[in-house]
Amino acid sequence: MQHELLKFIQENFMFGLDNFELSPDDSLIERGLIDSTGVLELIAFLEQKYVIKIEDSELVPENLDSINALTRFIERKTRTGVHTCN
Amino acid sequence: MCGIAGIWDLHGRGPEPRLLNRMIQAIRHRGPDDVGIHTEDGVGLAHARLSIIDLAGGHQPMSADNGALWITFNGEIFNYLELRSELVRKGVRFATNSDTEVILQQYRLRGERCVEDFEGQWAFAIWDARQGKLFLSRDRLGVRPLFYATREGRFAFASEIKALLVIPEISRQLNPAALDQIFTFWSSVPPATIFRDVHELPPGSSMTLQDGELKTYRYWQPDYVEEPMSEDQAGERLMVLLEDAVRLRLRANVPVGTYVSGGLDSAIVTALVRRITSGPLQAFSISFDDPEFDEASYQEELSRSLELERHEIRCSPHMIGQVFPETVWHAERPILRTAPAPLYLLAKLVRDNNYKVVLTGEGSDEMFGGYDIFKEAKIRAYWASRLDSTRRPKLLERLYPYLPKLQLQSPTYLKSFFRVSAEEAADPFFSHLPRWELTSKLKAFFSDTIKDELKSNSSKSQLELSLPVSFFGWDAFRRAQYLESLLLMPGYILSAQGDRMAMAHGVEARFPFLDSRVVRLANSLPVPLKMKVLNEKYILKQCARGLIPESIRKRHKQPYRAPEAASFLSKASGLEYVDELLNPEHVRKSGIFNPTAVQNLIAKFRRGQAIGIKDNMAFLGILSTQLVVHQFINRQESYNATRIA
Repeated sequence: MQHELLKFIQENFMFGLDNFELSPDDSLIERGLIDSTGVLELIAFLEQKYVIKIEDSELVPENLDSINALTRFIERKTRTGVHTCN
Repeated sequence: MCGIAGIWDLHGRGPEPRLLNRMIQAIRHRGPDDVGIHTEDGVGLAHARLSIIDLAGGHQPMSADNGALWITFNGEIFNYLELRSELVRKGVRFATNSDTEVILQQYRLRGERCVEDFEGQWAFAIWDARQGKLFLSRDRLGVRPLFYATREGRFAFASEIKALLVIPEISRQLNPAALDQIFTFWSSVPPATIFRDVHELPPGSSMTLQDGELKTYRYWQPDYVEEPMSEDQAGERLMVLLEDAVRLRLRANVPVGTYVSGGLDSAIVTALVRRITSGPLQAFSISFDDPEFDEASYQEELSRSLELERHEIRCSPHMIGQVFPETVWHAERPILRTAPAPLYLLAKLVRDNNYKVVLTGEGSDEMFGGYDIFKEAKIRAYWASRLDSTRRPKLLERLYPYLPKLQLQSPTYLKSFFRVSAEEAADPFFSHLPRWELTSKLKAFFSDTIKDELKSNSSKSQLELSLPVSFFGWDAFRRAQYLESLLLMPGYILSAQGDRMAMAHGVEARFPFLDSRVVRLANSLPVPLKMKVLNEKYILKQCARGLIPESIRKRHKQPYRAPEAASFLSKASGLEYVDELLNPEHVRKSGIFNPTAVQNLIAKFRRGQAIGIKDNMAFLGILSTQLVVHQFINRQESYNATRIA
């Protein structure tokens, strides 16, 4: 999953620039990678890819602001009854 | 309205009339009615005329004082009749009825300070043979363009850059610093232009060339000294001035029409024209296939109410994609939005209806605080003063009702996106930080070469150094107004979207809200009369009561927008130039952008995942820069164009 998330972020927010490295704990906000529409793009991707429904109250940086935070968040969501797709 | 060009060879050579003719032919679209060239002792002036005032007697270049003064002039001096009467009283004799001759006679009387007496929109050059001086000037707010270049003992000037680029000594190299400015502020900052060798005379400035020395100075600068006045007094003064501004701008020996967008400003201008004139009134509008951008219902309502004869160009995304190369050819710079393209089509509609003068509403948003950026800054400042508030960020909902998901995001996200912090609130550019920082992210697409060149360059720091001292004494609202009037208005709205698109078809736009008396009053108003709480252009809306339909007077400000990247990348668009200019080989050859990043951006659009303003701006910035390189630097034929310099 980390690989999928990283690939999405690289393709959509970093545009594959090879001199741009991202660590799993790097903040997407602080790295300037994500803006207000970027969050919407990210949510659309997560909801479609992992077949989850993200509640308004879950739109917080604690859930979405790094690869590691995203991984934990999706694992928690998918464990609570909603199946994943491959 | 016309095109001007000229050369002063400081070594006294030429200039060859053939070269002057090539220069003026490059901008012939600005003045299809007549061409004139005058040369003497190393000096040459050229003129392409769009006849509007004194159709028979206004040929240029024009001389006075037995040939001691010569002028080439683009624009209108709207108060020329009043100035002429004063000059006649002082014993001056006129050979024509034109405003051009009034400039020359006023210059004879007042010298360089003559421009202080003009109410109008101008760019001109006067050759003063007695003093051996070339005097150039541009109107206060930058309605009319003026560019210049100095190479190998030659000084040259012109209304558009393409006229200068026909001079062999002037290189077609790009200016990375101006590229950085455009990818920060949306406009270059005069004197810089996107071409290294070409400079722009800033609005409100004059320039002299004498004894080999070039001097530029500002004769006018906006100031914001508040005058205490009641709402009634302000409203009364505003309507008197605005009506007079419209009356002066109806002076022409050809019929005058109006642009009608469906918004408040053009509605007020059109209603005042209707009040002053009788008979049929032609109005010209843009409508869009896409309801997100379309304002046709408001345009129709105004037309019914004021009994206008309305002409409409209906724009599809495909049409925008088709004319985009010509739009960039005329704008002569990279652009980050498609909005100039529909205005290019609108000007064509005007010309096809045999009109060449229109009144329009630009300038009102800058002078009366209409843009969302003013409101956004006010909310951000209010929030920054109580950072722990959860209610204050809710006010952002009033700004972006069309982005409901934005409102759902946590305060941490919102603080970050809107640059809300105590430190940011103290920044002199506080109002513009979100816009500039968002736009600056597009620079990630620059190639390593361009990034290296720009390593020690900071457009923001350079701008800060160039600000007048008074800027730092103004409140945040007035600072924001100043920045809009300094950058976006002349550098984009009045040029890339204004003069160039209209003059591409020989159409002159006139702007009553930019009358110097209206501007002076607007700048002296107490801020709450411009924005009452979060009600933008408050005083203007109060004045418009009874003048225009209530639905238009009360509607939420709808910024003029046009369909963006969708115009280029849909399967049906079939625009070959997009594929060609953005293919990795072409991008690599141009050397400005990273080919891999460009391909990934296009792939994101094709996947349907590019939904945000940043990706759209990136796409358009890259495509338009590639068009600038293709058309101006590589001198390739424009894709749809019928002309090339």
